[in-house]
Amino acid sequence: MNKHIEIKVCTGTGGIAAGGLEVLERFQTCIEQAGLKAKTLTGCLTHRVGCRGLCARDVLVDVIIDDQKFTYQYIKPDMVERIVEEHIINGNPVSEWLVTEDYLSFYNKQQKVVLAMCGEIDPEDIESYISHQGYRAIEKVIKGMSPEEVIDEIKRSGLRGRGGAGFPTGLKWEMARNAPGDEKYIICNADEGDPGAFMDRAVIEGNPHAVIEGMLIGGYAIGAKRGYVYIRAEYPLAVERLKKAIEQARHKGYLGERIFGTDFGFDIKIKLGAGAFVCGEETALIASIEGKRGMPRAKPPFPVQKGLFGKPTVINNVETLANIPSIIIKGADWFASFGTEKSKGTKIFALTGKVKNTGLIEVPLGITLREIIYEIGGGIEGDRRLKAVQTGGPSGGCIPASMIDIPVDYESLARAGSIMGSGGMIILDETDCMVNVAKYFLQFTQSESCGKCVPCRIGTKRLLEILERITSGRGKEEDLKKLEKLSNDIKASSLCGLGQTAPNPVLSTLQYFRDEYEAHIFEKRCPAGVCRDLLTYTILEEFCKGCGMCLKVCPSGAIIGEKKKPHKIIPEVCIKCGACFEVCKFKAIKRG
Amino acid sequence: MIKVKIDGKEYRVKPGITILQVARENDIYIPTLCDDPRLEPYGGCRLCIVQIKGMPRPVTACTTPVTDGMEITTTNEYIEGLRKTIVELILSDHPNDCMVCEKAGDCSLQELAYFYGIRTNPYYGERRRYTTKDNNPFIERDMEKCILCGKCVRVCSEVQGVGAIEIAYRGFTAKVTPPFEKDLNCEFCGQCVSICPTGALMGKSSLGKGRQKDVKKIETVCPYCGCGCNMTLHVLRNEVIRVSSRPDNFHEGWLCVKGRFGFEFINSPDRLKRPLIRVKPRDKNSKELPVPDLNDFREASWDEALDLIANKLREIKDKYGPDAIAGLSSARCTNEENYIFQKFFRAVIGTNNIDHCARY
Ligand SMILES: Cc1cc2nc3c(=O)[nH]c(=O)nc-3n(C[C@H](O)[C@H](O)[C@H](O)COP(=O)(O)O)c2cc1C
Ligand code: SF4
Ligand code: SF4
Ligand code: SF4
Ligand code: FES
Repeated sequence: MNKHIEIKVCTGTGGIAAGGLEVLERFQTCIEQAGLKAKTLTGCLTHRVGCRGLCARDVLVDVIIDDQKFTYQYIKPDMVERIVEEHIINGNPVSEWLVTEDYLSFYNKQQKVVLAMCGEIDPEDIESYISHQGYRAIEKVIKGMSPEEVIDEIKRSGLRGRGGAGFPTGLKWEMARNAPGDEKYIICNADEGDPGAFMDRAVIEGNPHAVIEGMLIGGYAIGAKRGYVYIRAEYPLAVERLKKAIEQARHKGYLGERIFGTDFGFDIKIKLGAGAFVCGEETALIASIEGKRGMPRAKPPFPVQKGLFGKPTVINNVETLANIPSIIIKGADWFASFGTEKSKGTKIFALTGKVKNTGLIEVPLGITLREIIYEIGGGIEGDRRLKAVQTGGPSGGCIPASMIDIPVDYESLARAGSIMGSGGMIILDETDCMVNVAKYFLQFTQSESCGKCVPCRIGTKRLLEILERITSGRGKEEDLKKLEKLSNDIKASSLCGLGQTAPNPVLSTLQYFRDEYEAHIFEKRCPAGVCRDLLTYTILEEFCKGCGMCLKVCPSGAIIGEKKKPHKIIPEVCIKCGACFEVCKFKAIKRG
Repeated sequence: MIKVKIDGKEYRVKPGITILQVARENDIYIPTLCDDPRLEPYGGCRLCIVQIKGMPRPVTACTTPVTDGMEITTTNEYIEGLRKTIVELILSDHPNDCMVCEKAGDCSLQELAYFYGIRTNPYYGERRRYTTKDNNPFIERDMEKCILCGKCVRVCSEVQGVGAIEIAYRGFTAKVTPPFEKDLNCEFCGQCVSICPTGALMGKSSLGKGRQKDVKKIETVCPYCGCGCNMTLHVLRNEVIRVSSRPDNFHEGWLCVKGRFGFEFINSPDRLKRPLIRVKPRDKNSKELPVPDLNDFREASWDEALDLIANKLREIKDKYGPDAIAGLSSARCTNEENYIFQKFFRAVIGTNNIDHCARY
């Protein structure tokens, strides 16, 4: 009796880093060896699949026997043999390695539309995509819909750009379609420069054909014969899979001349970005593709009027485009059934920070931050107190814990002083210093500013200097006013979105966490115990047993004391490294 | 024609031009640092920001085209406040050594600091420091004074078609530089020097020779070639210390390396000022020698020199015929002069043996 056996090994970036390729290889050899012994193993497939979100538990492996699916977590190559032996051959799953209940609750509130196939199909095999209705959307479009009908369908779906600004995609396509000119372009923005963000990376690594198909449909709708994917060179795996996918699509006739035997022809070129955050801004991106320095220019003219090489150009984010095929196949109404009045569909977030389950999640818009943090994320690590949620990356802001019942949609986040952005979501708890968080993002925007315009180039530098002053205990009362005024001036007068939003992390933390700024400035104290220059370490005599551990680890010899008697820290010598704090078993060292 | 309203007053203007162009045509002052009408709009300095009714944020006048019915405010407390912050930010990263700066008195940044009355700066902080010097022969590049307006980069590629410099690096460390931070090695036309709003780019041949006060400006035509570029000599105590060219002349103020930087010959002791006639070499007994001494000349008057040439030409023509004479004219002469020269050869001497150095 032949059983249908499938083994799916996560080989997304997280999976590979955790040893996914070795695990996959081990499965293949084990099965081969076992296959000689037991015939039951014929029909067993080993697949490469993309990221399924919970990277912290990698390597994740699905074992599917007939219709029964079991998922293993934290799998290492040397564990494979036992799984093959006990589970695949003898039919007894290795229960202690299976995922636990909290793994399932990670997925409960999620809604996979864009990521539906990530983790299911083999991203390096076009047949795998085709067997999941792949390229059926473009076929439907080419054979039976006019460009106007396609645009209308996308407009009706309510899809808004996932790259940050949330511009209605159908409207953008319509503007490009109506722009005069017979040469037009569609560009997929895969620059993804937000620190900590990996949504687009996961989509391309897990399901590159969906992006290609989305571009094909967009190209058809606006009248473009050529598309570009602008992707950062730091994503080697995504680039490789995309290249393979494009080649396979060409080979199958989905790219090239006369697609489906019609007059419609379309092809895609990959353009590697050199890792400048600002090149994600559309006019800078265009300049970069044209071979110029990646600096934004003033709009108007907008890219839909005058874009790449001066021609009407649509720029869409990876996730936006990956939504398109399912909208065409399942219909605008289906898509619009997810989300809220003004924010339709789902959104992928890179959930990081102090939640228990970090990883990639896809949720229906309108879900509350509370649901994300406590149900999907499993709550705060160490059950500490939630302080804030940072969304929108360096352009976004911090939403305080008191507001986590707001729905996640474009308007609500903006009202709360942050933005949806491209999908970064960092959970901050009481051990995070908000001034330090603002400083972190300012460091990023300052070093990524293109330098073209004065408020952003010099202004963000001055903001950063003020924040550095405050966190090092040299802040003055007037610094708060200065931060506010300079932030507002930079927002008002910068050229592009980078400078216009760079002060947001400062403004939103000033709005909700002013007391923390004040503690740094007036009391020279960091309430979260993060800012090193403001920390003092003292030994509490009543707890100190005189074990001498601290004395041993202190790298600067700042601790004195005799064995079995309370020790002492000499403040002038202490370099505030915190080594003693970490090592003391009796909680006798106070940090504050 | 469309109608726009600027600061409450209505204007009828050509569609498609920018707000800044309209303002300039109508003598409305909007401060600028990175704009030059001869270059593509840039929008980098942000000084020209104005408000437009119905738009959520201010826009730059230099990059925004006017549209019908647009209502523009070019100045109010809010806008001037933003502009002042911008100038303060620039000055916070500037050497501010006007006292010894070559450009003082002719510097757009100094002008703005004066205009906004900036004495103290709330945004003091780190300032860019560059210690290596560019050792090219013509252009003094002091990048600490550079405000990154990008004009030099644009003129070099848009006008000169050379592309010798670009902005490199990001953020606060952004810097205009030749490739790989090497010494500038280009045509040295100096368009960049002429367009730089600050003292970041100066001609080496002018350094330390005097600033603006007491300089007499004399309009003239460049003597180097037949193009006849207009130039302005900056003369201090009867010495040319700098050459500039006005943007409103027929070549829009652009010059070449010779016109812009090649003026030191004027005061050279070797310069020819009167005709010289070669002295016939003689021995101690005043007997003529067969070999001429190439360095022995005597000064003569123009009349004497021209008479000598005329006599020699006549002698040769009489003896060997007109085709024994040939004329070679110079690219440094104007068209008119070259025309007269060939006419003289064809009509007066009677030969077609006439040519021009530009053919070689
Ligand atoms: C500084 C800056 C960086 C950006 N980076 C990205 C990016 O990495 N990926 C992206 O898709 N959009 C990015 N954007 C937004 C794009 O400019 C553009 O709005 C977007 O790609 C449009 O696609 P959409 O309508 O599908 O969202 C960035 C914008 C700014 C101002
Ligand atoms: S805002 Fe910043 S990134 Fe944008 S153009 Fe200005 S300097 Fe460059
Ligand atoms: S001298 Fe001319 S060629 Fe050289 S950098 Fe300046 S503008 Fe360019
Ligand atoms: S060197 Fe002068 S012209 Fe060039 S960017 Fe700097 S300030 Fe502008
Ligand atoms: S003159 Fe308009 S931005 Fe500089």
